[in-house]
Amino acid sequence: MTKTLTHLERLEAEAIHIMREVVAEAEKPVMLYSVGKDSAVMLHLARKAFYPSPPPFPLLHVDTTWKFKDMYALREKAARDAGMELIVHQNPEAIARGINPFDHGSLHTDMWKTEGLKQALDTYGFDVAFGGARRDEEKSRAKERIFSFRTATHGWDPKNQRPELWNLYNARKAKSESIRVFPISNWTELDIWQYIHLENIEIVPLYFSAPRPTVTRDGMLLMVDDERFPLQDDEVPVERSIRFRTLGCYPLTGAVESTASTLPEVIQEMLLTTTSERQGRAIDHDQAASMEKKKQEGYF
Amino acid sequence: MTASLDNPVIYKADELIASDIDAYLDVHQHKSLLRFITCGSVDDGKSTLIGRLLYDSKMIFEDQLATLESDSKRMGTQGQDIDFALLVDGLAAEREQGITIDVAYRFFATEKRKFIVADCPGHEQFTRNMVTGASTADLAVILIDARKGVLVQTRRHSYLAKLLGIRNIVLAVNKMDLIDYDQAKYDAIVAEYTEFAASIGISDFTPMPISGFKGDNITEISPNTPWYNGLPLMAHLETVALDNDADQAKPLRMAVQWVNRPNLDFRGFSGQIATGTVHPGDAIRVLPSGKTTTIKKIVTLDGELQEAVAGQSVTLCFNDEIDCSRGDVIAAADNPPEVADQFESTIVWMADDALVPGRSYWLKLGTQMVSATVQAPKYTVNVNSMEHMAAKTLELNAIGVAEISTDKPIVFAPYAENHALGGFILIDKISNATVAAGMLHFSLRRAQNVHWQATDIGRDAHAMLKNQKPRILWFTGLSGSGKSTIANEVEKALHLMNRHTFLLDGDNVRHGLNKDLGFTETDRIENIRRVGEVAKLMADAGLIVLTAFISPFRAERDMVRAMLPEGEFVEIFVDTPLEVAEARDVKGLYKKARAGQLKNFTGIDSPYEPPEHPDIRVNTVEMSPAEAAEYIVRQLMPLK
Repeated sequence: MTKTLTHLERLEAEAIHIMREVVAEAEKPVMLYSVGKDSAVMLHLARKAFYPSPPPFPLLHVDTTWKFKDMYALREKAARDAGMELIVHQNPEAIARGINPFDHGSLHTDMWKTEGLKQALDTYGFDVAFGGARRDEEKSRAKERIFSFRTATHGWDPKNQRPELWNLYNARKAKSESIRVFPISNWTELDIWQYIHLENIEIVPLYFSAPRPTVTRDGMLLMVDDERFPLQDDEVPVERSIRFRTLGCYPLTGAVESTASTLPEVIQEMLLTTTSERQGRAIDHDQAASMEKKKQEGYF
Repeated sequence: MTASLDNPVIYKADELIASDIDAYLDVHQHKSLLRFITCGSVDDGKSTLIGRLLYDSKMIFEDQLATLESDSKRMGTQGQDIDFALLVDGLAAEREQGITIDVAYRFFATEKRKFIVADCPGHEQFTRNMVTGASTADLAVILIDARKGVLVQTRRHSYLAKLLGIRNIVLAVNKMDLIDYDQAKYDAIVAEYTEFAASIGISDFTPMPISGFKGDNITEISPNTPWYNGLPLMAHLETVALDNDADQAKPLRMAVQWVNRPNLDFRGFSGQIATGTVHPGDAIRVLPSGKTTTIKKIVTLDGELQEAVAGQSVTLCFNDEIDCSRGDVIAAADNPPEVADQFESTIVWMADDALVPGRSYWLKLGTQMVSATVQAPKYTVNVNSMEHMAAKTLELNAIGVAEISTDKPIVFAPYAENHALGGFILIDKISNATVAAGMLHFSLRRAQNVHWQATDIGRDAHAMLKNQKPRILWFTGLSGSGKSTIANEVEKALHLMNRHTFLLDGDNVRHGLNKDLGFTETDRIENIRRVGEVAKLMADAGLIVLTAFISPFRAERDMVRAMLPEGEFVEIFVDTPLEVAEARDVKGLYKKARAGQLKNFTGIDSPYEPPEHPDIRVNTVEMSPAEAAEYIVRQLMPLK
């Protein structure tokens, strides 16, 4: 009798297949871990792919020091539960120069994330890095391949990408080159939420609504997560019931007002609300096709 | 039905979402997945159709809709109506920037299924793009402009869909609104297509009259085509049979990706089941070894399974300790696939550099990675006319039928029976680029019937009697670098030391064994292949073989290295700069080449790829031939 696999079962099997191919063919893989919901799904898939062995690679968090407090708390626990080594990298130059999102705009992302990621990969000699990017996140990612090749300087050469047929991935590369691999390319935001619900995956509480101190700035609802948030003269933090649809650096991540405090309610709200996911992130509003540009520079 | 800017059909959410989210989630957790490809150019309304599918399945958010509305006003082509094509376009700008887009993937879902649409833009790279998109598709939507009927590109799309083994084909006759929903015109198009389809072996397809722009027969049956008694497109996509289900009825095949060994007590074999089902207790056979055992358990993080089916990624444990590693295939014990090393295949070339017949490429099939050579194609297929044409090689986007041989036997199945064990990619050994995709059709008889005859006196016995370790001293370098002179000195020295040697010289071999070969890239590769085989036979006989050939290509030197046991191939780079070799010009060949009297001369109009890590390197500017020879002999010690 035929047992038709559900779409989530097929997406899961595909992601596991990709992770195993990388482990079999790469010299020193690593999984980028940002503590967000996509990272949570990636980590869960990695545990499934290699069970009963622990995933045979470390987690790498390219830290900006500006993540939400709740994210730091979950980071340690998640790595421990999975039995994996957690490497935290903070760009020493960004520390020395005190780079922050309030004073330095896009330099903040550039130095902490783009430069920080390159430094970490070079320092540890990782040749393949798993990332949790999805093709549905925005238009320019729709054409992204699952195996994305980077030059020795981490540049993305659009003309030097390989066709991907069937489930055959070509992971061969020169010594100095590296590969970014995106096992959940074919997942949508709804798939991610459904999978978290179905598999009971632990995620940062910030995804659920709670009363939190907020200010409104440039049309974005920002959470005052710690004392480093420089309040302007006319600003007084207001407690609002909010949650986040994506998580990044707290001064750059817009919240939505919400009462959804359980996963089904969050999914319900997501399906009933009418704005797409990335709208809450300042990075996309910088300029048109900004993701594309950041990718060429080596941002994930 | 028409969505216009005045009256947009905004994201009408399912009522169940609001009233009972748990019930909604339960429904949506049981959806299946269909992957399909859309074929047609912009003129056929492909982008409009995809945009319409996204829109009608409520996959468009308000901010995207707002963008769509403003874009429609600014640059739409549909007047006051929403231009759905703008939802999926956005590739044009990237094309201008020179970015290679092979396939863009889009996602939408209905109550019953999630869909992944492979959208292949472009004309010039079309074959490569469509083959890539089609390789993972269950279904192809072939779009026809109702005003134009069956065109050359319709034939091309259909041929490629058939080539990649897509079983479900939808013939979407689009823009019906522009021919006033004329049934007679529609019937004529379908009749013409039926005849063409049969000629290329497509026996079954589903025709439907649609308008992506107006929405006819997309989600609901259109009142404009009362004569049409089939399903609307969306309903067809929701109910068509899935390849993944059909694969379950086939015999078990699972390529081993990774051996899972957390401790001495556990040894599991991880992979994704390609076809069939597996249960604890099932008898299985591991190929290519042919060893049999039974399944002990199916391990997952969620607990042991009583059954696993095609499409699932699992870890299997055996009841017996038999050898099994990455590249092996676990199969039903009573119905195993074939093992062979020569095949007939269809190859789609995907790289700017053309196929070099006889060159060694990596071939990846399932989880097997082997060296493979492709012969000159028997013919190539013109994808517009289906004509067979003679060809010596395969250029970018060419499709050809050719024999392919691998350096060791691989587990395979004809592509028509099993995509996972019949589909392969070829990888350039130097650039590591994926240069081709191919489909194996059958193994060639000579591979099945010619067996290796074991002899009692082996290569070790030969070598022991000669009191030496056989080796191939492979001299490579430009013409006039001094290879033959130095090799001759080395042989003299070894001879004095009572070693059994033989010197194979490039010019001498071309007087006999290789006198049928010229100096084209293909002939040079064959020249080296034959010399490699002869040198290997001599090494098997226990000799120390010296070869003096320009052997300009890294791939061929590596090919000979791979024929021999570790350490027996000694690559000696006679390193002489081109200016020096040309100044010497002992045979007057450089002068001729510069004068254009000699074609394909290495260093002049044919490349030389110097060894990256030669075992021995001699610099003939600093050393005399005698000094170089002495240095080489010293490096070779001890000779036993």
